[in-house]
Amino acid sequence: MDIIFENVTYIYQPNSPFQHIALQDVTFQIKSGSYVAIVGHTGSGKSTLISHLNGLTIPTEGTVSIGDYSLSKEQKPNDMKGLRSRVGVVFQYPEHQLFEETVEKDIAFGPDNFGIPKEEIKRRMEEIVPAVGLPTDVLQRSPFDLSGGQMRRVAIAGVLAVKPEVLVLDEPTAGLDPRGQREIMDMFYQLHKEQSLTTVLVTHSMEDALKYADHVIILNNGKKYMEGKPEEVFTQKDALHKVQLDVPEIVQFLMKFNHKFSTSLPFKKQTIKELAETIQHVVRGAESS
Amino acid sequence: MSKKLIEFINVSFRYSEDSPWVLRNVSFDIYEDEWVAIIGHNGSGKSTIAKLVNGLLFPGEGKILIDGREVNEDSIWEIRKKVGMVFQNPDNQFVGATVQDDVAFGMENRGVPRSEMIERIKSTLNAVGMQDYRLTEPHRLSGGQKQRVAIAGVLAISPRVLLLDEATAMLDPKGRKEIMQTVSNLLGKKGLSLITITHDLEEVVQADRVIVMNNGEVWDVSKPRDIFLKKDALRKIGLDIPFVAILADELRESGLSISREPLNHEELLEDLWTLYSKM
Repeated sequence: MDIIFENVTYIYQPNSPFQHIALQDVTFQIKSGSYVAIVGHTGSGKSTLISHLNGLTIPTEGTVSIGDYSLSKEQKPNDMKGLRSRVGVVFQYPEHQLFEETVEKDIAFGPDNFGIPKEEIKRRMEEIVPAVGLPTDVLQRSPFDLSGGQMRRVAIAGVLAVKPEVLVLDEPTAGLDPRGQREIMDMFYQLHKEQSLTTVLVTHSMEDALKYADHVIILNNGKKYMEGKPEEVFTQKDALHKVQLDVPEIVQFLMKFNHKFSTSLPFKKQTIKELAETIQHVVRGAESS
Repeated sequence: MSKKLIEFINVSFRYSEDSPWVLRNVSFDIYEDEWVAIIGHNGSGKSTIAKLVNGLLFPGEGKILIDGREVNEDSIWEIRKKVGMVFQNPDNQFVGATVQDDVAFGMENRGVPRSEMIERIKSTLNAVGMQDYRLTEPHRLSGGQKQRVAIAGVLAISPRVLLLDEATAMLDPKGRKEIMQTVSNLLGKKGLSLITITHDLEEVVQADRVIVMNNGEVWDVSKPRDIFLKKDALRKIGLDIPFVAILADELRESGLSISREPLNHEELLEDLWTLYSKM
């Protein structure tokens, strides 16, 4: 589903002393099937932005369209439930939302509420449980006996079991160890490809945005600050520093290298291996001359 | 040789008699003015170590000495004056209505006289760069600022050991930098030992020594440079390798002879420049 934000403004507690403008005149488009990273420092409006995607928040001004659903001050969709079954949101620390007696019941809670038949839920579970990297024997256990990483996988499975077309991820790896982070991010990427999902990732990690996203939106103080392909956005060091963000480490290194060796090697999303190959040529360059 | 502030002597721990050991035979020493990072996958026993250091848990076997005193039921109140801890979630450890109230909280509990308190609030807020926020309410602070206030509150009770248990995990990159700058400024000034439990590789490379935990056991203790030489083994136990170390490996693969294990960009660039000049 295409996602379109048109001049979206959102104000918390408007016309009160506590009024706070969280989003201001934000406009962008996310094409169906793309993987978009939303980056910005704490308080830049990222979480407010994504809460519009499944209608938890309705814009104060402007319009949000998700496929055929349209959200604005004047017009709320009649079928909010339909929207929410198509847009799955994995919130920060989703394991805090687990509550059922068994893992199986917890995963089934979402799809059951959306009226998906029991047999179908069972069938989906067989597919999703291994896909999120959980052993099948956890199904009858209490989710609260699992490790933090496993609990998070259970919570994610609950979102996936609804089979959303748009998957929204709000810092999905916060608090996990490096291996756990990589496994979860790789899993989302695989699902994104296999099921042609539209994925929206909110992250602090420039490295993840660079690795997975095909489009990056940078927010600052509730406004869209920059937007573009990762290799375009992430090479603008000065502009990013202005909003307290850094370029990914590989770009940092390449810039320092260019400075020291008076070269102008471009960043074009090369891997570390490809970068090493290029550097090696420059360093040896003196040999032949 | 500086003074040993923390000694773990063959420490094992389990939550109950019929549950598995969470820590097995763990021994290490940490010295005054030293920064030690503890890394390991989730469930490797890192946080259990933190809880043992200030007597939130007691060892099942072995013993722990803090500044020469064994940690046990009788000594915990004294030990807790010596060990200051800062945890992961900045919102869970803010108790005061303003920054200065929050810093005062620990001192109030220890009966520090008011005149002394005012002095210490001033000096510790200075030390963490929060002197301009003395009267600010916590909800106006960023996560990094809250954690700096938490550090000030801990410093105000003049501990010998400052332990940060994933204190930067919930912060954005700017907040992380603030905390790392704050703690590296403190080091060497107050006769403190600093322990950071972390997944963040930048914190690891800044430390003097690294303790690597795996499945409840000490897997390795050495300098960051030596730890990151063992790339494949580290990956196997679920840990990450810094970008420069991976790049250095790829450069070696391509035939350049990078001899030392670089810890940061500048070191690697220097070595490349030396090679370049020689060719």
